[in-house]
Amino acid sequence: MQISMTVNGNEVTSEIEPRVLLVHYIREVLGLTGTHWGCDTTNCGTCVVLMDGQPVKSCTVLAAMAAGHDIRTVEGLAAGATLDPIQQGFMEEHGLQCGFCTPGMMLTARALLDKNPHPDDIEIRKAISGQICRCTGYATIVRSVQWAAAHPAAAAGAAGEGADEVLDGTDTVVEDVATETQDAEVKA
Amino acid sequence: MTVIHERDSNPAAGDADRPVGYGRIQRKEDPRFVRGKGHYIDDLVLPGMLHGAILRAPVAHARLVSIDTTNALAHPKVLAVITGKDLEGLKLAWAPTLSADVQAVLVTDKVRFQGQEVAFVVAEDRYAARDALELIDVEYDVLPPLVDARKALDADAPVIRDEIPGRTDNKIFDWEIGNAAETEALFASADVVVRQEMVYPRVHPAPMETCGAVADFDAVNGKLTLYETTQAPHAHRTLFAIVAGIPEHKIRIVSPDIGGGFGNKVGIYPGYILAVVGSIVTGRPVKWVEDRSENLMSTSFARDYIMEGEIAATKDGKILALRTNVLADHGAFNATAQPTKTPAGFFSIFTGSYDLQAAYCKVTGVYTNKAPGGVAYACSFRVTEAVYLVERMVDILARKLDMDPAELRLKNFIKPEQFPYANKTGWVYDSGNYEAAMRKSMELAGYEDLRREQVEKRAKGELMGIGISFFTEVVGAGPRKHFDIVGLGMADGAELRVHPTGKAVVRISVQSQGQGHETTFAQIVAEELGIPPENIDVVHGDTDQTPFGLGTYGSRSTPVSGGAVALVARKVREKAKLIAAAMLETRPEDLEWEKGRWFVKGDPTAGKTIEDIAMAAHGTMTLPEGIDGNLDAEVTYDPPNLTFPFGAYICVVDIDPGTGHVKVRRFIAVDDCGTRINPMIIEGQVHGGLTDGVGMALMEIIEFDADGNNLGGSFMDYLIPTAMEVPDWETGFTVTPSPHHPIGAKGIGESATVGSPPAIVNAVVDALAPYGVVHMDMPCTPARVWEAMQGRPRPPI
Repeated sequence: MQISMTVNGNEVTSEIEPRVLLVHYIREVLGLTGTHWGCDTTNCGTCVVLMDGQPVKSCTVLAAMAAGHDIRTVEGLAAGATLDPIQQGFMEEHGLQCGFCTPGMMLTARALLDKNPHPDDIEIRKAISGQICRCTGYATIVRSVQWAAAHPAAAAGAAGEGADEVLDGTDTVVEDVATETQDAEVKA
Repeated sequence: MTVIHERDSNPAAGDADRPVGYGRIQRKEDPRFVRGKGHYIDDLVLPGMLHGAILRAPVAHARLVSIDTTNALAHPKVLAVITGKDLEGLKLAWAPTLSADVQAVLVTDKVRFQGQEVAFVVAEDRYAARDALELIDVEYDVLPPLVDARKALDADAPVIRDEIPGRTDNKIFDWEIGNAAETEALFASADVVVRQEMVYPRVHPAPMETCGAVADFDAVNGKLTLYETTQAPHAHRTLFAIVAGIPEHKIRIVSPDIGGGFGNKVGIYPGYILAVVGSIVTGRPVKWVEDRSENLMSTSFARDYIMEGEIAATKDGKILALRTNVLADHGAFNATAQPTKTPAGFFSIFTGSYDLQAAYCKVTGVYTNKAPGGVAYACSFRVTEAVYLVERMVDILARKLDMDPAELRLKNFIKPEQFPYANKTGWVYDSGNYEAAMRKSMELAGYEDLRREQVEKRAKGELMGIGISFFTEVVGAGPRKHFDIVGLGMADGAELRVHPTGKAVVRISVQSQGQGHETTFAQIVAEELGIPPENIDVVHGDTDQTPFGLGTYGSRSTPVSGGAVALVARKVREKAKLIAAAMLETRPEDLEWEKGRWFVKGDPTAGKTIEDIAMAAHGTMTLPEGIDGNLDAEVTYDPPNLTFPFGAYICVVDIDPGTGHVKVRRFIAVDDCGTRINPMIIEGQVHGGLTDGVGMALMEIIEFDADGNNLGGSFMDYLIPTAMEVPDWETGFTVTPSPHHPIGAKGIGESATVGSPPAIVNAVVDALAPYGVVHMDMPCTPARVWEAMQGRPRPPI
């Protein structure tokens, strides 16, 4: 069957088997390998892309279902050499280690910030709760998203002005220790 | 609330105050990852590449009666179907494991675990390969499975490895260490003895990227290029030479970016071998990437130790002796990835952080109808199990003595002046200051306040628990005279070249799976030579481009290869000194080093930078005698001892008495990994390990039903923590350098995975003290906690 969709702003048209999954279409037909695959059961969120601005798990979306829609992948985050603030934030705050879940995490975070430019930590944790990271323990991902929220116009290679600023006047920094105030609602 | 916390320096590229050497800098690998430009195994596409898929056994134990591949071969997109019989003809049906056993590549006689490899299809695309699996007809004669390791040595237990001539039982090994008689004497006369059986259940590393390979065999020149998800490319090259009979100089192993490993990507799995066979058979490159169920059901699991622990102590809380008897479930093949001489890994460090008078440990390894493995998931060769045992036992003793668990630990710690400390099972701990780390952790936690809060909450019927764990790790294997894997000594090479313009490339044998080697190793060279990290390229993951070494696992990259890199940089520095002396027309002994340059003692203006020297080394000047030119060096580092990182962890949990749900409210982790190279990376390693701990303590388990069906074979069943299950980690550190390591570094990759599970379980048991609960096995799921509250603690299967 023939399908057409917009991927990172470009119109694409392909002849595919009806059963082809969106993740395989993106990776193998379009060659955009920044979208990864990690499970078969919609649990891990490694394959998250944005469909019409909403995070979807592309391992459980047929490519045919995406026809006519607007798809955004990690390759569409940066504007040329200029990184999206979320990409800069992940580098600033060590929001990634192996990098495998990172594209999906960043896209979900982008969608969150588009709707809610100043999320609190709980809102960030809820937003990424459908995705698994095996490396970071999530705290640095939360910090990365907060960094992006605090630097909406960060540019590629920018010096990251303000990175040393404490975001909230009520926070404390104890010696060499990253101490974070707990919120009783987080894991409720 | 999130704190963008205090930093040692501004991390952004190009800043003048950025450290040239140790300190917080952004990772050099991140720009490609945040752009989606990493190169993982499944991203690789070679011209003419085919796709492989594995047919797996649906049952745990069965005679293979017949395989009919006719219909699969008739599929228009299928090029080959390979069975165990085909491999027998190639003498490849069985492959050696990392523990001197053999493992079936494809079943020839008998299925020994559910999910075992039965046939391999090679097709034009991945969908066709999967389709063809459905077209293979296999007839099985199902046998009774052996699922419970406790029954493995029963007289009527089915013999799993009956293909081995003369084998009549399921025992793999008996292994003991320590002094049984001295230990018994102390137990016989002790005021207090406590005993507890505890299970460290089977869990799985489950990296987000599954295992996979692309094999490309060039029939003309006989060269095999194997791209694979391996943490140990050089060891794999040698083993493939042995397994496949391909001369080692005709094998190139390339390990691309790896999407997490945690020990899952150490072993050589049948899929890798089958990709190679597929490429040889078809003459085209073959890709094989397992799916998530294959990963969880067939690749290396972790733990599965049934442990009986006993502590003897005086009534005022002086621990005298520790004894343990372990039943180790190794699955159907003994394929644990660990040093040859240690069949229970480094479990013998179960004496922990305490100054004991005697200890004794016995471990019995058995076969069961389960997937092989056992040493994985950031376990530091089973230090996870050892720390869990001793830290649970110490808490049980504290309860018995009605002592505070922190006080009991402080009373029994090895004292700083006792280092180097020889424990009772043969380890020599390099350095430590345990009390300082414990007190720092208690201070960060506000320990006394937490205990007061607990008293108040208990009075109101609320369940709050505080758990402590103090661990000593043993990592950095290891001295060649003591440690090898299948005969390969565990020393690592390193090569360093400083180019004429002063830019450098360092080549290492270890392979990052996310630990940030491209940054850390550049920082080590930078610290030693004063060349900025951004001017140092780190080459790894390709056996044709790097010196030999045993790979990344057991937290050995910094302790072993980090030592090699520091030493090779110092070798270059010494070479640079001779050249600088010639340039300055003085004697080498009259020169002094400051980071980045040699200068004349007493005359700092007369000096040569490493860049000046590099150009001279490649130029036309007459070089000192013994130097042929260039500014390169290579070394092999054979560590004189292992390193012993340690840490003090405190966990605070709240339990919902209505549902049994455990919430980790706070987790305070104070780690000591010796010299700290990049604090940001270290913190990341700790955070990740703590999350593993929450997973193992509360959620993760691979269980089996009575028929041997794997009940944890997908992410719907095998639960991994998300951002909702973990707290904001609170971290701190102390620094006690290793005295024998070139830069004093001890390794950090696995500390938190090792140290955190007992802190969490201790907190859960502490919370449940009003219900009389003394112990409960992991994972402390709501159902298990609720059952424990009803007086029915249930061990895992």
